[in-house]
Amino acid sequence: MAEAAICAGCRAYFGYPITPQTELLEYMAAHMPAAGGAFVQAESEVAAINMCYGASAAGVRTMTSSSSPGISLKMEGISYLAAADLPCVIINVARGGPGLGNIAPAQGDYFQATKGGGHGDYRMIVLGPASIAEAVELVMLAFDLADKYRVPAMVLSDGMLGQMMEPVVLPEHISLDSLPGRPWALTGARGRGPNAVTSFAMDPVDLSRINTERQGRYRQIEENEVRYRETETSDATIIVVAYGTVARIARTTVKMARSQGIKLGLVQPITLWPFPYAPLRALSSRVSTILTVEMSAGQMVEDVRLAVADRADTPFYGELGGLVPTPKDILREVMHNVR
Amino acid sequence: MSVNMDNMVKVFERPRSLTDAQFSYCPGCHHGVVARIIAQTIDELGIQERAVIVASVGCSVSMYEWFRCDGAQAAHGRASAVATGIKRVNPNLIVFTYQGDGDLAAIGTAESIHAANRGENITVIFINNQIYGMTGGQMAPTTLVGQWATSCPDGRNAELAGYPIRFAEMIAQLNAPVYVTRQALYDQKRIMSASRAIKKAFQCQVEGKGYSLVEMLTNCPTNWRMSPVETNSRLMNEVVKTFPLGDLVDRV
Repeated sequence: MAEAAICAGCRAYFGYPITPQTELLEYMAAHMPAAGGAFVQAESEVAAINMCYGASAAGVRTMTSSSSPGISLKMEGISYLAAADLPCVIINVARGGPGLGNIAPAQGDYFQATKGGGHGDYRMIVLGPASIAEAVELVMLAFDLADKYRVPAMVLSDGMLGQMMEPVVLPEHISLDSLPGRPWALTGARGRGPNAVTSFAMDPVDLSRINTERQGRYRQIEENEVRYRETETSDATIIVVAYGTVARIARTTVKMARSQGIKLGLVQPITLWPFPYAPLRALSSRVSTILTVEMSAGQMVEDVRLAVADRADTPFYGELGGLVPTPKDILREVMHNVR
Repeated sequence: MSVNMDNMVKVFERPRSLTDAQFSYCPGCHHGVVARIIAQTIDELGIQERAVIVASVGCSVSMYEWFRCDGAQAAHGRASAVATGIKRVNPNLIVFTYQGDGDLAAIGTAESIHAANRGENITVIFINNQIYGMTGGQMAPTTLVGQWATSCPDGRNAELAGYPIRFAEMIAQLNAPVYVTRQALYDQKRIMSASRAIKKAFQCQVEGKGYSLVEMLTNCPTNWRMSPVETNSRLMNEVVKTFPLGDLVDRV
């Protein structure tokens, strides 16, 4: 994911050690200076995200990464990034929580990532990779979408992906000259009036106008950027919805179920915000059951139920505390729900 | 009496680096004086097209509107981290923060100390007026022992609230800072000295020497509940006993 960021033209990284994402920080320490970029091991997650604010304001593709407790500390900064319309990529290699929790893979940060986390009316693009190859692809995409819409974008992975090794074909380094211009950046007021990067608007009329404009961009994102993957859904009577590591596990479950004659399909949301409500709504009218599986007590399931309403049953199966469900565990839950 | 304008020479004018926007400060507040000195310094050093101000949260929140240079507004306490990000990706810019005592020495202590310790090549203007101005006069980390504030209505009690933090002395212990000084504005002599200090701090950055901080002892007539003249007397007679003036580090 670190190399993908450099390929994507990221030239500023600021981070703080926390398991299970420290390898990312270490990779950046070794490789970002060679790429001609800035690397600082910050004194805290709070400082790191604010260094991102500065570097992004200065016009450079910028990233930070952390794991759940550290992401909580970044939430103030993410709210400010969103409010100042600054693109930035944040990687969360999520672990067990709440509190210090543990360092095992978990998906308990879905609410935080997709529903706000920081204060105020803002949204953040959230992408959920299920493999290293997807992580590479989605890190690149996160930079492009963040720039296109001037919003922060998060890659929400987990401790499984963070500690995994698998072969991947890295893309070519993109040319920095090919990146979109940033006329708003703080590059020095030479030959133009001063630029200001701010989240402050004292007059309610001004703040309302600024927020309304930003909400318009959020609607565009919802319209244009929904991404998801369907597996064996065309003839399915029961669907599993899962993202990230769980989606990958559930893909095996689909094969196991099919070999037993159960018409199981899988929907993997790739964008967790914007969430694929419409495709799920469409599916819900032709299947009996949509089972959501997460490594949490049930967070994404709320979005699934919003999409499905009462058109199909929407049971939930979750593992807590950093436990990872096996394909068999998921199959067992599927069998419970087969009519 | 009629005045012949043709024979007059302009000896004092608005610095070019200030915009036409009016300061929103209370009458008699020293903030405006510091802003003017900074703008004059930017003019004198010819760095207006490279300067970037990082404004903080508090009475300085709109600072970027006063200056004819690029500016960012940082979250409360985080100005030195934001300045770090800007300077690291574009070392050609002249980046300075403008932070009050609550911002720099309370909520932003970690960011402020570590930027100094890394020796970031930035300039920090630290406004120490011993009170939270914007929120209406609460105790600051720099409030003197015994000083009244709305959140210490019996005066600051050192047993409960500790002692005023001497931030300049704290970072003077570090190896990296190049220039650390404490200045005041209560009379013309101090204003001249403060102007020289601010210029030296910026010069330091322009020459790539490293981190500089100017702690400025300032007033808050509104929240100290004094006339501007009384605040100057208080600074001169009382405040300097806790916060002695002068250079603490000079490795320039």
